[in-house]
Amino acid sequence: MKTSYELIIIGGGPAGMAAAIAAKEAGCDDLVILERDNVLGGILNQCIHNGFGLHTFNEELTGPEYAERYADKVRALDIPYELGTMVLDVTKDDNNDKNVTVISPERGAVTLKAKAVILAMGCRERPRGALNIPGFRPQGVYTAGTAQKLVNLEGVKVGKEVVILGSGDIGLIMARRMTLEGAKVKAVAELMPYSSGLKRNIVQCLDDYGIPLLLSHTVVDIKGKEKLEGVYIAQVDEKNTPVAGTEEYYPCDTLLLSCGLLPENELSIGAGVSIDPRTNGAFVNESLETSIEGVFSCGNVLHVHDLVDFVSEESARAGANAVRYIRNGEASGESINVTPGNGVRYTVPCKINKESITDSVHIRFRVTGVYKDTNIVIKSGDNEILRRKSRILVPSEMLDIIIKKEKLENITTDINVCLEEAAK
Amino acid sequence: MTKELICINCPMGCALTAEVENGKVISVTGNTCKRGEIYAQNELTAPVRVVTTTAMAQNGKPVPVKTKDTIPKEKIFEVVAAIKGVTVPLPVKMGDTILKNAADTGVDIIAARSMG
Amino acid sequence: MYDVVVIGAGAVGCACARELSKYRLSVCVVEKESDVCEGTSKANSAIVHAGFDAKPGTLKARLNVRGSEMMQELSEKLDFAYKRNEAMVLCFDKADIPALDELLEKGHKNGVKELEIVSGDKARELEGALTDQVEAALVAHTSAIVCPFEMTIAFAENAYANGVEFMLSAEVKSIDKTENGFKIKTSRGEVAAKLIINCAGVYADKIHGMVSKTPMKIIPRKGEYMLLDKAAGGLVSRTIFQLPTKMGKGILVSPTVHGNLLAGPTAENIDDKENTATTSAGLNDVRNKGALSVKNIPWNKVITSFTGLRAVGESGDFMIEESDIAGFFDCAGIESPGLTSAPAIGEYVCELVKSRLELTPKDNFIDTRKGVIHFASLTREQQNELINKEPAYGRIVCRCETVTEGEILDAINRPLGAKTLDGVKRRTRAGMGRCQAGFCSPATMALLADKLGCGIGDIKKTGSLESEVYAK
Repeated sequence: MKTSYELIIIGGGPAGMAAAIAAKEAGCDDLVILERDNVLGGILNQCIHNGFGLHTFNEELTGPEYAERYADKVRALDIPYELGTMVLDVTKDDNNDKNVTVISPERGAVTLKAKAVILAMGCRERPRGALNIPGFRPQGVYTAGTAQKLVNLEGVKVGKEVVILGSGDIGLIMARRMTLEGAKVKAVAELMPYSSGLKRNIVQCLDDYGIPLLLSHTVVDIKGKEKLEGVYIAQVDEKNTPVAGTEEYYPCDTLLLSCGLLPENELSIGAGVSIDPRTNGAFVNESLETSIEGVFSCGNVLHVHDLVDFVSEESARAGANAVRYIRNGEASGESINVTPGNGVRYTVPCKINKESITDSVHIRFRVTGVYKDTNIVIKSGDNEILRRKSRILVPSEMLDIIIKKEKLENITTDINVCLEEAAK
Repeated sequence: MTKELICINCPMGCALTAEVENGKVISVTGNTCKRGEIYAQNELTAPVRVVTTTAMAQNGKPVPVKTKDTIPKEKIFEVVAAIKGVTVPLPVKMGDTILKNAADTGVDIIAARSMG
Repeated sequence: MYDVVVIGAGAVGCACARELSKYRLSVCVVEKESDVCEGTSKANSAIVHAGFDAKPGTLKARLNVRGSEMMQELSEKLDFAYKRNEAMVLCFDKADIPALDELLEKGHKNGVKELEIVSGDKARELEGALTDQVEAALVAHTSAIVCPFEMTIAFAENAYANGVEFMLSAEVKSIDKTENGFKIKTSRGEVAAKLIINCAGVYADKIHGMVSKTPMKIIPRKGEYMLLDKAAGGLVSRTIFQLPTKMGKGILVSPTVHGNLLAGPTAENIDDKENTATTSAGLNDVRNKGALSVKNIPWNKVITSFTGLRAVGESGDFMIEESDIAGFFDCAGIESPGLTSAPAIGEYVCELVKSRLELTPKDNFIDTRKGVIHFASLTREQQNELINKEPAYGRIVCRCETVTEGEILDAINRPLGAKTLDGVKRRTRAGMGRCQAGFCSPATMALLADKLGCGIGDIKKTGSLESEVYAK
């Protein structure tokens, strides 16, 4: 079997497929997608709800449909992919080649070589342990995504009486899904005073079914030794500390956790890629290249996206940029830092080399809280690059600002992205 | 009468304000596209939804399915029950109809993934 | 009728069963859960204590030191993870240094080798993450860490290979003294035995009370722990104790044999023998006290927390003796250092049993056992050889811990194999990593369902099972 490639793409979900298609379309034929599951599509296969593809296909698709369209294109373009293939580590050698060690039943354990690598491994859910919810550890406590997989891919009935902690989109979607499967969803508790999920999902997944959303509430105790019997939910104060005396008991056989997603960067860290503690994803430049030359990162492994359409768009850029790197090597020129300012949690990229920009550059970020009537301001020193008024900004939404190359012509110092209160 | 609602057509989730008189929507504001207006019209008179769920394939594995078009909101549970009565023969292609005129809504149920 | 029935398949019960299996005896282990290692043995500090802490002259002191001496060889023969990583007992106040000296003295009296007291600076030189408050430390060079699941399972599997039977999901309901032994009524039916060894952990008093008139009380002492991601595993290389109090050895911070970082336990006497719930107060206590010893513990890297119950007796010492009823032996009050002492308790119990049964050594005793292969720890060549032979070893199921389908199938299919998700986890580490089985549990459930002939939705995380079969 072939062991040397120009480009290896790790992950065959929406990010990996979009990156591969773009790379192929940019003229790279010597590439391969490595996917650990036994189908392409990644997490989309279990996301059977609709809401995908409005930007990409201009129509509303379900997750499996969105995945299948991309997978069909991967096959139509004859892009090689290997399923059931797990990447164990990535290293760079002295010749700047990347060594990718994989395991699969067909290959065994082997090291593949590549000029460039695209990291597209996606993200995982924050488990119960990381949330420090006290109580017993019975059967019946699942992350929302695990429950989603059991229900949608395995056809398992997960529970009859459900409480959901965390109002992330998967939690909201699963509230509706479990309801349609005949379960009674008693409440969705959210620690923050606002939901981290999309507003449309609160309407169509909770309101439609009369499921209460308890903001500023959390689960403080879990009862039941072998099987979950119920949970205590309490109010929290401004410091997110449970308020004594507000505990209320909810009998239930299932507790779903939807408390955040974490980019799955163990491979990247092993390779020596620098990680931004704000996103838990790689620090990347305008080309989505990490701190290691020829190693690119895109999709949810780079930063958690709200929409798969943005994952696809970003990953296509990573694919095209990787091919440019393979052909031309590293771009010359100095980089300018991009930093998050007031009200901005992070930016992707964190630096920009103007030499590498062909037409425009995307700056993606999330805000730190709910802001009303705010200006998004991008500036470099006194030089204002962009100012855009926004009626409402919420942390659940990833913002995407496109800056034309000519706007950056005279910029030489750090670029800052921040929010400023707008005049009413 | 003024009604506040959130558009569910796309992830933007526009906050809509609708003026309703005698059961008719006479104006909608807050929307950023035409679909917001249509949504408000429907939602305040006859709300509709796309339903996604799974049907069992003949091999016992779930097949993701969806309503080909929107259905009346109050018919959601009836449609889901109708889908549960179907066994999907394999192989199935994405877009294949697996149930016609689900629960008399006039809307077909189609497979959302090719399997088998 | 069995010669011996051991009640309880924890570390002590399984160690006793293994030791008894060296002799021509019929032995059966009766356990209320569906798997071995389900009680105190699965939720403890996983330390092989050097033996300086126990009061000289006690059974605890003697069996601790003996167990510690036996452990390395056992780990090699029975293929369980063991690492001599040394330990330190920290002292934060100059006024407490005499207490450290006393500990050293006790260690010497107990026969512990390789103990020394070092200054705070020297301690920090050895362990860079220790706090500036450390004034002095006792270093125990023979202290080690072990995988308590692998150890207990290894004892059980080796006992099984040597003819011991296991009756699982069988809760003992009552015991009747008969003319020549005992009749034990369980939730799965009756068994008869000439002798009984009571290794029932926190329930040892209850089992004791089914036979004996002399009172016994076992107090469950709750200990809460937090387990951190492997990314934090290198913070310390030694097990870091604080000066002991009368409630135990205090909060420790230690690497685990598999490279995680463990902090805990709290110590709280409770009444409820089933109360293995964590509490926010307890977890806070772990954080606060752990931070006294070690700087910058990354608490945001906690992957799970759990509670264990130590079985504390009233005497302060292990209570290992024949009860007032001839033929009924107690192994009770086996709190720390119970895990370390387990193999020595096995030996000791055999000595006691000699007064009632003739022990004739078997000439065909198998003294080695191979555990489930840990694919991730093999060389590339070994991995490829394995995949060639069995492609299931080329399919990674648990990404966090790099556990293959081959390992999970082995864990499920071997004698006394796993029947629950937790059983698979303890044998293979699948689901033990940072995502805590989020990704792999559906796949593991499918493999279990296939073996057990049930639906995926019927697979249990833990606990007793209804459709149990006698092993063997």
